[in-house]
Amino acid sequence: MQAESKSKHIISIILRYTVLILVGVVMVYPLLWMVGATFKSNAEIFSGIGLFTAHPTLDGYKAAMGNYGGDIGILRAMLNTFSYVIPKVVFTVISATITAYGFGRFNFKGKGILFAVLMSTLFLPQVVLNVPQFILFSKMGWVGSKLYLPIIVPTLFATDTYFVFMLIQFQRNVPKELDEAAKIDGCNAFQTLYKVIVPMLAPAITSCALFQFMWSTNDFMGPLLYVNTPAKYPMAIFVKLSMDADAGVSWNRILALSLISIIPSLVIFFLAQDQFVEGISDGGVKG
Amino acid sequence: MAKKSGPAKMAAPKQKKSFGEICKKNIGFFFILPWLVGFCWFKLYPMASSLFYSFTDYNLFKGINVLGTLQNYIDVFTTKKIVRALGVTFRYSFITVPLKLAFALFIAYILNFKIKGVKFFRTAYYIPSILGGSVAIAVLWKAVFRDDGLLNTALGFFGINGPSWLSDPNWAIFVICLLRVWQFGSAMVIFLAALKGVSNDLYEAAAIDGAGKWRQFFTITVPLITPVIFYNLVTQLCQAFQEFNGPYIITQGGPRNSTTLVSLLIYNSAFRQYDMGMASAMAWVLFVILMVFTVIAFLSQKYWVFYSDDDGGK
Repeated sequence: MQAESKSKHIISIILRYTVLILVGVVMVYPLLWMVGATFKSNAEIFSGIGLFTAHPTLDGYKAAMGNYGGDIGILRAMLNTFSYVIPKVVFTVISATITAYGFGRFNFKGKGILFAVLMSTLFLPQVVLNVPQFILFSKMGWVGSKLYLPIIVPTLFATDTYFVFMLIQFQRNVPKELDEAAKIDGCNAFQTLYKVIVPMLAPAITSCALFQFMWSTNDFMGPLLYVNTPAKYPMAIFVKLSMDADAGVSWNRILALSLISIIPSLVIFFLAQDQFVEGISDGGVKG
Repeated sequence: MAKKSGPAKMAAPKQKKSFGEICKKNIGFFFILPWLVGFCWFKLYPMASSLFYSFTDYNLFKGINVLGTLQNYIDVFTTKKIVRALGVTFRYSFITVPLKLAFALFIAYILNFKIKGVKFFRTAYYIPSILGGSVAIAVLWKAVFRDDGLLNTALGFFGINGPSWLSDPNWAIFVICLLRVWQFGSAMVIFLAALKGVSNDLYEAAAIDGAGKWRQFFTITVPLITPVIFYNLVTQLCQAFQEFNGPYIITQGGPRNSTTLVSLLIYNSAFRQYDMGMASAMAWVLFVILMVFTVIAFLSQKYWVFYSDDDGGK
């Protein structure tokens, strides 16, 4: 009896690891294969499923570094991406923290209604907003803006509501007694915000920044609609256009471009993995 | 607290309070003011104008005429291509959302046992969902599902002659769905956190009563984490209905429109043909359908979602 349950236990452990490893392979193998393929020659890429090649070559990377039409290359595109991602991250973090502080710590006339509005915008799909926002921005002369205005400016106004929501959730765990103590010590509401709330919320704010960085770097729709000068293309658009222009001939170059374009995200992810996991599981943020 | 005076009396001047005092009392309002401005400017106004456009033939280059009828909406439900796209969107959502949630929960459940290298596995499963929306992954997907791509080469080793995944209408939608299910990691991480919150005592008590692992899973685990299942269900549904990048980059909606989701038609109508009226009408139809499902999900909560008493759930 004892032995039987023990062997049953071992079988179930083996089963668990088998499932985990099999699924893990399906999840990760394409990514590893992609890394390997960037070092293969075009003739070799689709001739087998191996990760490694006997004849590694840097041709893919050399071709990837080349300039296209003189206006844009992968490095230029990467700079372009960060030139709006970084302001976006900074503005989002600041505006979302201030909004979360206002909703989480104060009572004011109409708060109930406004909070309901805030929550309902969590479910407002971007797909309905794309068309009228485009019309709005085009009337304001912002479409094709060299400063990426339509992509950056809304983040000044805490338009990414899930970050506000996430920060409100985290703020609930910061004891209100701290606010009171700061008030007694002579802090006004602003001082309480940056001397008490911001330090206490630092991990959550970092999570917001990381998620915004990831999503903005990967975002395709925003630049697709609002960037129309090749010299200003970010990586997402540049990789897509390179793929279209190439018509599937030099895959090592396209895959090298793709890989380079996700390296910043990968580096950030590996540096701050736990922050991501905590942010997503504690804050109830979408993934 | 806010009940004692109705909003109508808000700015009553007869109260002797000075302006400064009112400001001080409502200081919180100033903190949310930027958000309120942004909401009106970038959300409320666009929504309202979009509703208006949906009753016009607004073309970005030809001008605007109010149709005076529901013509755009009638067109949405009578144009074959759009009706088909609605069908494809439904199919896409109702295949990917349950599969993604089931997978995420199943893997999270296994990971929640005392597994060696749990962090390693968690990372491996999570990476695809961090990168999944990017163009790079769509490019990779194209390389994997090409006729002579990674998958067919692998199948070849087993003597299987793989189909033309991307040019066969029956398979292309499957490829697009798979891209989404592959990104189950974010939902999994949320489930994993919820599973950690389920007390071990309950499992032990159930084990003493002779309940097997599967029994425990369905009678203890699932009921206790229904709030999180609900949360994941709603967010995933919202995302699935709006999917754009995958089909746009990988299949361009083809072959034979088999992967044309409504979001692609909205994009084409608005930004290729500049027919803003029609695009707005399609967007509103999609929005209302999504709303209906969200409301159904919220109303259905009382039948299957169990919130703990202490704080009304997470």
